[in-house]
Amino acid sequence: MNERMTYDLVVVGGGPAGMAAALKARECGVENIALIERASELGGILEQCIHTGFGLTYFGQELSGPEYADRFIKLVDKTDIRVFTDTMVTDVSPEKVVTCVNKKDGLMKLQAKAVILAMGCRERPRGALNIVGTRPAGVMTAGTAQKYVNLDGYMPGKKVVILGSGDIGLIMARRMTLEGAEVKMVCELMPFSGGLTRNIVQCLNDFDIPLKLSTTVVKVYGDQRVTGVDIARVDEKLQPIPETIEHVECDTLMLSVGLIPENELTVGAGIPLDRVTRGAVVDELRQTEMPGVFACGNVLQVHDLVDFVTMESQIAGEGAARYIRGELSDPEYIRPETGFGVRYIVPQKINIKDKKDVKLYFRVGAIYNNPRVVLECDGQVLSSKKKIKVAPGEMEDVLIPASVFDSLTPESRITVRVEV
Amino acid sequence: MEKQLTCVACPRGCSITVTLDGDSIVSIEGNACPRGKKYAENEITDPRRMVASTVKVNGGKLPVVPVKTSSDIPKNMIFDVMREINRVSVDAPVEIGQVIIPDVLGTGADIIATNND
Ligand SMILES: Cc1cc2nc3c(=O)[nH]c(=O)nc-3n(C[C@H](O)[C@H](O)[C@H](O)COP(=O)(O)OP(=O)(O)OC[C@H]3O[C@@H](n4cnc5c(N)ncnc54)[C@H](O)[C@@H]3O)c2cc1C
Ligand code: SF4
Repeated sequence: MNERMTYDLVVVGGGPAGMAAALKARECGVENIALIERASELGGILEQCIHTGFGLTYFGQELSGPEYADRFIKLVDKTDIRVFTDTMVTDVSPEKVVTCVNKKDGLMKLQAKAVILAMGCRERPRGALNIVGTRPAGVMTAGTAQKYVNLDGYMPGKKVVILGSGDIGLIMARRMTLEGAEVKMVCELMPFSGGLTRNIVQCLNDFDIPLKLSTTVVKVYGDQRVTGVDIARVDEKLQPIPETIEHVECDTLMLSVGLIPENELTVGAGIPLDRVTRGAVVDELRQTEMPGVFACGNVLQVHDLVDFVTMESQIAGEGAARYIRGELSDPEYIRPETGFGVRYIVPQKINIKDKKDVKLYFRVGAIYNNPRVVLECDGQVLSSKKKIKVAPGEMEDVLIPASVFDSLTPESRITVRVEV
Repeated sequence: MEKQLTCVACPRGCSITVTLDGDSIVSIEGNACPRGKKYAENEITDPRRMVASTVKVNGGKLPVVPVKTSSDIPKNMIFDVMREINRVSVDAPVEIGQVIIPDVLGTGADIIATNND
């Protein structure tokens, strides 16, 4: 292995997460950084998200995806971070050897002191669903349709039914409508939408596109091309009610039924995942259970807002810098617990010796109106914050102030719960 | 006449009912806070939206480049603006921020490129 192939830090994935992490690590003094991206440009999924609404929190501006990405691409360009594009990482080993391939250099093995995983997520494909019927053309994920329309300049259909009310589906309902397609409806299995309210209003209501809750697609028709689907309402057990089946004519069925973190490399390295988030188990610096390997962005937990991806990735970048400087020895962890209403918490563990403010990010399992978000430590309420509403579609957070850690022991129990 | 709105000023998404007499607002109900009232007033008197789409590129790396309105435009002009956007094409190279259509349909908003090509 020649000298060029050793790096202090290797970042896998050049989306907003990877860029922010690499930039922050550089700012914290890490000198020898490689940023590896399999696509031909940096930017990740943002390149196809041409709608506006990015950066409201981080920049206080309504940017499109490519504009948001461009701000970070320009910053990366100004540094000495070594960027590899068109380069696919195929393996990350416990010894922190990152194996990657590209056409020019062939197979490369990069030895790193620290690694940041920022591979993003992918859409749940049709195979994950139980729809009977034929397999004609015209069934695609909303993200694939988004790529066709926004990058390839090609309209994948004229009469569209969308299954799943995730944000990508909502965004595509509007996009297809603007380009002259008829979007007949968005069907959502659950009694609530998984998308942001803002998107329901501006993508569906603005164009009178019906959102059918507790409704699913039970059958697809068509030989070569989709000709229609059967939809049905579902009962409380999410089972279709046969008497409610209705036929809808369409040439395209778009699926927006959830995102899954892309963790093949993580699993390959032997890093444990959280059952709920399907991302790595991490501490407050976003360090996985494998010391020196960090994770951030959609590969860690599916985010709705890129602004939070950026902030999370800066934490990981700083964490990696501290690891490389040898500052992270001998941690003592506690694991915050999910109380009533809370599905998961990231980070899953906190080093109580670090004594810094820690923000816990979490999602709830159902919609609650006028709840309180309660943070408890050993039966004592640390904070109880009134909320107007919490919903599964919007990530929440609660702060543990640094001062709390003075009185904590490894046996202490921290709980986040919803109180209604 | 009554109009139903969903407030987007915060994630709660209150359903707001606005009662109208012609063009003037008689009452606003359902908002849990004053921000909802303001939102509803704007939505009734002058609803505005950003528009994002793509424009054909001649001789670029990709067939299209993304564009957006530089500021929001009246909501009822969305499809007119889309027609203008679909009528033009642009020669590569395109630079982020480049004005593709100045002052589209007299709205005061430019159509600008949001990526390089
Ligand atoms: C369709 C859609 C619409 C959205 N709309 C909004 C919105 O309106 N507002 C908002 O704020 N947020 C929005 N988001 C969320 C936001 O865009 C994402 O949360 C953000 O892009 C995630 O960043 P990331 O870097 O974690 O992942 P990504 O952007 O997915 O980047 C991951 C990168 O890693 C690369 N990669 C993966 N595996 C490998 C490998 N093995 N080797 C090399 N490279 C690899 C990928 O090519 C990719 O470039 C949207 C997301 C999607 C998908
Ligand atoms: S009215 Fe107030 S509480 Fe209700 S959604 Fe609007 S801003 Fe939120």
